[in-house]
Amino acid sequence: MPPFLDITKLSIAFPKSPLPVLRDVDLKIERGEYIAVIGHSGCGKSTLLNVVAGLLPATAGGVLLEGREISGPGPDRAVVFQNHSLLPWLTCYENIQLAVDQTLSREMNRKQRHEWVLENLALVHMTAAKDKRPNEISGGMKQRIGIARALAMKPKVLLLDEPFGALDALTRAHLQDQVMEIHARLKTTVIMITHDVDEAVLLSDRIVMLTNGPNATVGEVLDVAIERPRDRLKLAADPRFLSARTAVLEFLHSRHANPALKAA
Amino acid sequence: MNAVSTKPAAAPAVVSRPLLAALPQPSRLVPVIAQVVPPLVVLALLGLTWEYLASGPGATLPPPSKVWVDARDLIVDPFFDRGGLDKGLFWHLLASLQRVALGFSLSAVVGVALGLLIGTSPFAMRGLDPIFQVLRTVPPLAWLPLSLAAFREAQPSAIFVIFITAIWPVIINTAVGVLNVPQDYRNVAAVIRLRGPKFFWKIVLPAAAPYIFTGLKIGIGLSWLAIIAAEMLIGGVGIGFFIWDAWNSSNLSDIIVALTYVGLVGFMLDKCVALAGRIATRGTQAS
Repeated sequence: MPPFLDITKLSIAFPKSPLPVLRDVDLKIERGEYIAVIGHSGCGKSTLLNVVAGLLPATAGGVLLEGREISGPGPDRAVVFQNHSLLPWLTCYENIQLAVDQTLSREMNRKQRHEWVLENLALVHMTAAKDKRPNEISGGMKQRIGIARALAMKPKVLLLDEPFGALDALTRAHLQDQVMEIHARLKTTVIMITHDVDEAVLLSDRIVMLTNGPNATVGEVLDVAIERPRDRLKLAADPRFLSARTAVLEFLHSRHANPALKAA
Repeated sequence: MNAVSTKPAAAPAVVSRPLLAALPQPSRLVPVIAQVVPPLVVLALLGLTWEYLASGPGATLPPPSKVWVDARDLIVDPFFDRGGLDKGLFWHLLASLQRVALGFSLSAVVGVALGLLIGTSPFAMRGLDPIFQVLRTVPPLAWLPLSLAAFREAQPSAIFVIFITAIWPVIINTAVGVLNVPQDYRNVAAVIRLRGPKFFWKIVLPAAAPYIFTGLKIGIGLSWLAIIAAEMLIGGVGIGFFIWDAWNSSNLSDIIVALTYVGLVGFMLDKCVALAGRIATRGTQAS
């Protein structure tokens, strides 16, 4: 059986640049897996995610989802953007509703869609703020609405582009727990871009480490063999957690240290 | 014994009372006074200076006291109507405002439509933008002879002058707004496969709305500037011709009163469009 999501010999080059951003990226992802992609800034993590999302074309190689080639963006690969990208003129409810009306109008009638929007608001515990506009709620709440909007499209793959990057540490921890809970409940396949080692180890089944760009590729893939549900407090002292964390840190800071820092 | 038993019940009240007393009740009047007093003081000072400068023997312009005496019926009763052009200022302003309303509405509709077109189509942008950049520098009144020749009537000519004056900032700002729709919103639209007219109505128009209203605000200001000048030339009822007429009959006091009204109405027009913009684009700015 072919893998659920199959990235084969993927290279991405931008015009006017001599070296490709990413080259020969190979990655097979199974259904329901939680994958974290980590690397220094400028290594092409977000570029990789954008290609899977279909927002950028691949220069060479390609991405297959359930055996079919990805040729453009679509709701089967919903994206949670780093800066939430909610439409500021719509309320939280309307932001999700727009996505639901647009993507699920064939399989649901109006009433079912309304209930589906409310269900997804409840999933991220944002029912109380459903009639607020994005500029009336906090950064963490915006990101929760962004997650609810992505999940409401019933995606085959959920793509998270540094979803907690702009949040404070406490809010981030809270949202990480919610994402773990949602992943456990819905068994969605997730690809998450991050630069936070603890986040990668805590949330994911496998951590894909990218070498430094340009010309970046997959340097190493680490299996995080810790059973779920995971508890951040208990894991803090767990040797498996610590060794995974050390392995990633060692990759990032010893073998592939940040080129920007090296130059400085 | 009684005292002991009532103490716990009374305690919260005792605690809360000094707290309330400690916070001075903020007065609602103070900020209002702070806003209103400075302009009134400056206005009074300016009036006194004017009175002093215009009271000398060689003064060419009337002082405020003379304006009040000369134009008293004009100031006190803007609604009189003695037939012909002998009407209160309200009727003149109303006639001018009607022309502006018509011309400006036309330019808003056509301007937004053209702006959306050149913002979305690179071909239209390349083809139309140079023409617009040249035409927008033509002064409003320069259009009047041509429009009089085309329409052969004063009323539509004046409206056309308003239209052609106000349309450029509307077109240009709308186009800039469309070109500046953030990539984030385009990405969201791409992921949910929002295309064509729906993409346009749900994403482009709301995202460009703040820019559109900036264009409309500049447009209404220019309309008001243009109508006064155009009316001086075309005659009939209207505040522009009223001023010209007063000049011809040397009623300088009437001119000063009319100018005050022109300024106040222009200010109100600007505020009205700004308010409409705030209501229509609530939430869009600063997120």
